[in-house]
Amino acid sequence: MNGPFEKLRRQDGVSRRDLVVGATLVGGALLVGCSPADLMSAGSKVEPGAFGPFIQFDPDGAVTVLSKHIEFGQGNHAGLAAIVAEELDADWSRVKVVHAPANAKLYGNATAGIQLTGGSSAISNSWEQLRKAGAAARAMFVQAAATRWNVPVGQITVKDGVVSGGGKSAGFGELIADAAKVTPPEAPVLKDPKAFTLIGTDRVRRKDSLIKSTGAARYTQDVQLPNMLVAVVTHAPRFGASVKSFNADDARKTPGVVDVFEIPTGVAVVADTTYAARMGREALKVEWDEGKAETRSSATIAQQWRDIAAGKGPSDLKWEAFDSKGDAAAASAGKGGSVFETTYDFPYLAHATMEPMNCVAIVDGGKVKLIHGSQAQTLDQMNAAKIAKALPGSVEVETLFAGGSFGRRANFPSDYVAECVTIAHKVGGGRPVKLVWTREDDMQAGFFRPLVHHAVRVTLDKDGYPATWRHRIVTQSIMKGSPMPMKGPDQTAIEGTAGSPYLKATPIVDAQLALPEGGVPVLWWRSVGATHTAFVMEHTIDQLALKAGKDPVDYRRALYAKAGAQRHLAALNLAVEKAGPAPAAGFTRGVAVHESFGSVVAQVAEVKLVDGHPRVGRVVTAIDCGVAVSPDQVAAQMEGGTCFGLSAALYGEITLTDGKVDQSNFDTYRVLRMNEAPTVETYIVPSGNPPSGVGEPGTPVIAPAVANALLVLSRTPTTRLPFVRAGI
Amino acid sequence: MTSMLDINGKTVSVKAAPETPLLWVLRDELGLTGTKFGCGMAQCGACTVHVNGDPVRSCVTPIAALAGAKIATIESLGGTHPLQQAWVKHDVPQCGYCQSGQIMSAAALLAQTKAPSDEDIDNAMSGNICRCGTYQRIRAAIKDAAGLTAAPMVAAPAAAKPLASNDVDDEIAAASGSTGRGVGQ
Repeated sequence: MNGPFEKLRRQDGVSRRDLVVGATLVGGALLVGCSPADLMSAGSKVEPGAFGPFIQFDPDGAVTVLSKHIEFGQGNHAGLAAIVAEELDADWSRVKVVHAPANAKLYGNATAGIQLTGGSSAISNSWEQLRKAGAAARAMFVQAAATRWNVPVGQITVKDGVVSGGGKSAGFGELIADAAKVTPPEAPVLKDPKAFTLIGTDRVRRKDSLIKSTGAARYTQDVQLPNMLVAVVTHAPRFGASVKSFNADDARKTPGVVDVFEIPTGVAVVADTTYAARMGREALKVEWDEGKAETRSSATIAQQWRDIAAGKGPSDLKWEAFDSKGDAAAASAGKGGSVFETTYDFPYLAHATMEPMNCVAIVDGGKVKLIHGSQAQTLDQMNAAKIAKALPGSVEVETLFAGGSFGRRANFPSDYVAECVTIAHKVGGGRPVKLVWTREDDMQAGFFRPLVHHAVRVTLDKDGYPATWRHRIVTQSIMKGSPMPMKGPDQTAIEGTAGSPYLKATPIVDAQLALPEGGVPVLWWRSVGATHTAFVMEHTIDQLALKAGKDPVDYRRALYAKAGAQRHLAALNLAVEKAGPAPAAGFTRGVAVHESFGSVVAQVAEVKLVDGHPRVGRVVTAIDCGVAVSPDQVAAQMEGGTCFGLSAALYGEITLTDGKVDQSNFDTYRVLRMNEAPTVETYIVPSGNPPSGVGEPGTPVIAPAVANALLVLSRTPTTRLPFVRAGI
Repeated sequence: MTSMLDINGKTVSVKAAPETPLLWVLRDELGLTGTKFGCGMAQCGACTVHVNGDPVRSCVTPIAALAGAKIATIESLGGTHPLQQAWVKHDVPQCGYCQSGQIMSAAALLAQTKAPSDEDIDNAMSGNICRCGTYQRIRAAIKDAAGLTAAPMVAAPAAAKPLASNDVDDEIAAASGSTGRGVGQ
């Protein structure tokens, strides 16, 4: 069989080139520029089937779609399956979705180059790929039927998994053997979107709601294997500390404890059951070497960031310009009009997924299998391969549902995965090890949204619009340590300020970024840079409008017109229109609009103060996300994203005292609960553009919308988050 | 040492020490993994089960305290409970990890309050955290299920239903670069 799928097939076994490539990876960092997908899938035994890597058929004709992306809440499995089913003309009720195995070449994310779920890209990077996959498989069935029945291809139709023509018809199941032998078309013809019968309809609903309502859905925490051990780890109380010595005498006496040993990240206690492992850990005594530890308090770090922005930082710290227009000196001097100046402070944030980090690893010599909610299969393979001295592609990954991630389960060192593989490697013999982090382990292990400071200085022209805009951002770099090459400033720190329509509409701009070092592990957190840039840009705009004596919605419309930001304007107008003329009695409205991951979200939030704290009632949301594959799941992500953003805006704050994380569980890291949840209405801007992000864009808009309502209520701007400080 | 527990209508013998929290006995010893571990200190509700009909956080309940008590887990609802049907109808779950606990709290509520008000729902459900933020659909599903169980039913006011104006129009054809394909091609 020739055709595109044949080219993707891997040779059996491991080639000499695979071994060379693998040795390079095991020995050091990723070699960029050497066909990365080849490198990272070296040693893989995963092969596509007759209908390609994404589609399989049961003998009865039921369709299984293989998702290269993990489902941890975003609803992407429904959307991915619907894209295939649409082009395949499958019976939607007989379409299943499973997680694909790990293989960077077959299942790489087109936007990341590795197998990874992130950047709200699951649907957008799969759109063309899965349409073509569905259309190609359909064409194979059409050809098979035409041949079998001796009917011209043009007279064959497909509907709901039934192929018909020349007075005959057959289900996919009856034609599988013949269709599998047909050469797949190089360029399958895609449907005219006008002919879509599934995409964009309310029929595209989740496939996993029942198993997630009965307790049957399987998460890493639920994995039970014969002879499996459970591991917990005592981590250092300060980031960067290491084990000096430990006494495991009492821990080893704990019933059920099998072994206690040191690993690079602490001391592991391995036991027969989760509870025994935890009891063993309680009996463990560890002394730490804190010579290289981060010992600063978060308040100290925040002050250092503020000093840097104010020009009082260390002289060797580099500033990187990310937007420069006109006379920068004029922006700094603030000549020619009334001056607005403010600063904003944002705390560290924990992801606090419902399921704390965990992983199952089976290591037998150089043979490694991982079973977990893998968000970045390729990174996990590479990090596991280094520990077990295996070929990255040979590391088998069974991806399970995860109880949330919000970015936490994908990081460059694969922290919790590497820890589990290290323990399983030490245990050896192919004995399964489940690493379980407690809530406290999870909350104190870092990989927080970094602490961020913004300093903004804007002068207004005679009409009240920005004439000059000076912007300084100080934060720790998320991308530092990335094996992927980076050009220019760390986009994760500036996205949202960089590219803002308000800067486009301002004649003179001087925007710069500084990335001081820090010992706290930091990471992307649902919506990444937008978690702070959306707040700064949107809350600043309302303060500028107030200063100019203009209505904030009209002020935005004028700036969008100057910037040519038509999609922002359309989303804003739809949200304002659907919100109607007046808020509910007792509530005040705030508006915010932000583009992230290719989608524009506008929100009108209705807010009142209860005991001095903001309470959000109705939130009207408009989103332009291109074609909405599943309108219901777009709405679900707007509802959930809004709650996630509101939770952080109200309460989210990780603090450090002398380097130790102060919060440990949901009693000290407060999150949004049922009685505080808003009612979110979602409206989708009609669009013919290809799909753009949905999982994250709903998160960053609510905080500035609430701050803007509070500005109206109290005339007091918000210069730091969260709104409600712990202990107040 | 063994203890006898009444779980989902069956008497079972377990080996765990008496101070062991019920959660770990359910999950590790009995393989009833529908009940989830979230916080270990009764803060998140993911481990909620029923003890004599009341919602209880199994992560802080030692089995020593459960002699003679009737324990029910999510597995006891069987998949056809009105709340489970409503959960599916509204596509409540996202990541799904908290939903066993949410449903068990809601089931205890409906068993005692046939037509719960918003305040009743807040009071019964605020001990259950959902980090995905599915609260709005949980509320809608509880009201829906209450309608299913209450007879004669008075429908609770529906939570705001999102409207999607995602008309597939000419723009899509233009932007997608599609060559167009009718049936039969």
